[in-house]
Amino acid sequence: MTSPAYPIVSKDNDGSSIWSFLKNELRPKGKWFTPFNIISIPIMLLGLGLIVIRFINGIGSVTNLTQETPWGIWIGFDVVTGVAFAGGAYVLTFMVYILKMNKYHSIVRITVLNGFLAYVFYAGALLLDLGRPWNVINPIIGNSFGTSSVLFLVAWHFMLYMLAELIEFSPAIAEWLGARRAHKILSGMTIAAVIFGITLSTLHQSGLGALYLMAKDKIHPLWYSEFIPVLFLVSSIFAGLSMVIFEGTISHKVFSDQISKKNHHAEKGILHGLSKICAGAMFAYFFLQLLVFIHGKHWNLLNTPMGYWYLLEMIGFVLIPMLMFFYSYRTNNIFMIRLAAILTMLGIILNRLNVTVIGFKWDAATHYIPTWMEIVVTLAVIFTEIWIFRWVINRMPVLRDSPKWAAEENH
Amino acid sequence: MAGIQSANASTPDENKIEFRGVLYDSTRCVGCQECERACAKAHDLPEPQDEVKVGILRKTNETQRCVVNNYNTSKGEVFVRNQCMHCNEPACAAACLTQAMYKTKEGPVIWRGDKCMGCRYCMVSCPFDVPKFEYHSANPKIQKCDMCYDRIIKGEKPSCVEACPGEAIVFGTRRELIAEARKRMAENPGTYVDQIYGENVAGGTGYVYLSSAPFNELGFNPKLQNSSYPALSKGFLYSVPAVFVLLPTLLLGIHEATKNNQSKNEEND
Repeated sequence: MTSPAYPIVSKDNDGSSIWSFLKNELRPKGKWFTPFNIISIPIMLLGLGLIVIRFINGIGSVTNLTQETPWGIWIGFDVVTGVAFAGGAYVLTFMVYILKMNKYHSIVRITVLNGFLAYVFYAGALLLDLGRPWNVINPIIGNSFGTSSVLFLVAWHFMLYMLAELIEFSPAIAEWLGARRAHKILSGMTIAAVIFGITLSTLHQSGLGALYLMAKDKIHPLWYSEFIPVLFLVSSIFAGLSMVIFEGTISHKVFSDQISKKNHHAEKGILHGLSKICAGAMFAYFFLQLLVFIHGKHWNLLNTPMGYWYLLEMIGFVLIPMLMFFYSYRTNNIFMIRLAAILTMLGIILNRLNVTVIGFKWDAATHYIPTWMEIVVTLAVIFTEIWIFRWVINRMPVLRDSPKWAAEENH
Repeated sequence: MAGIQSANASTPDENKIEFRGVLYDSTRCVGCQECERACAKAHDLPEPQDEVKVGILRKTNETQRCVVNNYNTSKGEVFVRNQCMHCNEPACAAACLTQAMYKTKEGPVIWRGDKCMGCRYCMVSCPFDVPKFEYHSANPKIQKCDMCYDRIIKGEKPSCVEACPGEAIVFGTRRELIAEARKRMAENPGTYVDQIYGENVAGGTGYVYLSSAPFNELGFNPKLQNSSYPALSKGFLYSVPAVFVLLPTLLLGIHEATKNNQSKNEEND
């Protein structure tokens, strides 16, 4: 079912009209003066200005970074937290393409798109944070491979995973362009990309935690352990799925015209399934955290301000949303699933920031607090991502069903 | 890591090269700052203007690669100098994804601007917080002591060692310096605390210290471990090839095993 505004099928295999089609598609669609646009456009412009200043006067001109805290929210939030939220793509592709849980098929595309754009923009945010970005090709072209570096692994995995996600998503682009041959080839590559992508995700989700293994004396002992990589990996499962729940909730409202009746009805079942998986993953995570805590023998630290902060994270934003997920799939409470997803996401933000920013050099005389400019640039990055996301959804068959020819081909 | 590499190097000439280092003896340092001035001159940095005073903690920064401080300790006022420790297994070099931070076979840990992309992961990883970043430059560099590597490969001493009037800092191979430190401790009983700082800390460092006062009274971080820092991420890095081989195999296996399941479901659709 394609809406009449998108005459995809009509210009099949017609090479001459493809440019006018693309030109037409590049134009904005819909109303300009929406609340989202009114808020996001000034912030994006301001962010762009700040980025220009950053490249002229150096990173110190817009950030509060110091010699003691060299990584701020551009890394701790944009990259480390953002990638955890993008974890939904590898979890869902695992469920749908490897375990063949076809119930979730209708949300795979939007999740992969979300993940792909997240990686593109977080890698972009990473470039902003690089002091000498023109040397970013060095670890790629092989004149200086730092193979003992966890960051080397993470950087390569980011690049390869973006490629894998692009391949996973590419059939949607082919359907949009009406490219039938390309669609057939690209669809055939999906399973390989999925297997490759899951492997890469396993390694770089944990790798983001492993980045901090050498900062042993700098991170508060309640958040540092040799198990950071495992904890980051396990938490990326429910971080990603909570994002899927959250994003799905919004998409179903904002893009409701794109979603077929069948998929609208399937939403409840999907949410129930996801909440069950979240609850299970969170139980495993909570148990792991408990083991790490007992293993670390940090009982005395609990009765300190950082200890209360730790308890707030573990109980308020892991244990409680976990129980909410359990309870809500038993009682069919969709509202509570959504609430639990939001709490879980807050918990992930809290956890990643506790490792990377708040607990990092917690005992230093002066603390890093981001400038308003760092926050504006972060918001600008997120808003730009949402703009592209919206642009793609309004044009390509992401939420709406594939054109008939593509659906037939798969059988 | 680099140490093991150079020890196993194939050519006999390279086998003879040992890690160099510097021995700092706090009982001989008078806080004259000659080393600081020589360092600034050698690396085109502004000459330090502030004086060494008890109660004022001076830190290395992007314009100053070494500092001398004066501490009021249980043994009276003691001077101590801080700069890059030139670890045997440097965390910064293990962290660097472009090998811009590099442990040379001669011992100094150097920074190479043509490779560095300015990610500052070396700063996150260094247990001594040594690398400093020029935050207010469009073409920022990492500033840290490089033990005057360009002079060392020419057979000269680091400029600070040459400038020191009291021989508080001595240059040599690390092995010689440890032996010299032990000799001084044995010949002057009661003068030094019973520790050579840098012999074991962080897996051993190129700079080694003798002091009359306990090192935790001299601003040295007592939390640092005695084993190498890169070893902390070794377990993770070693698991990567295994995951890369085993996980895709497992996934492919599950995929094949669930294939039937899918065709049934499709029929039901």
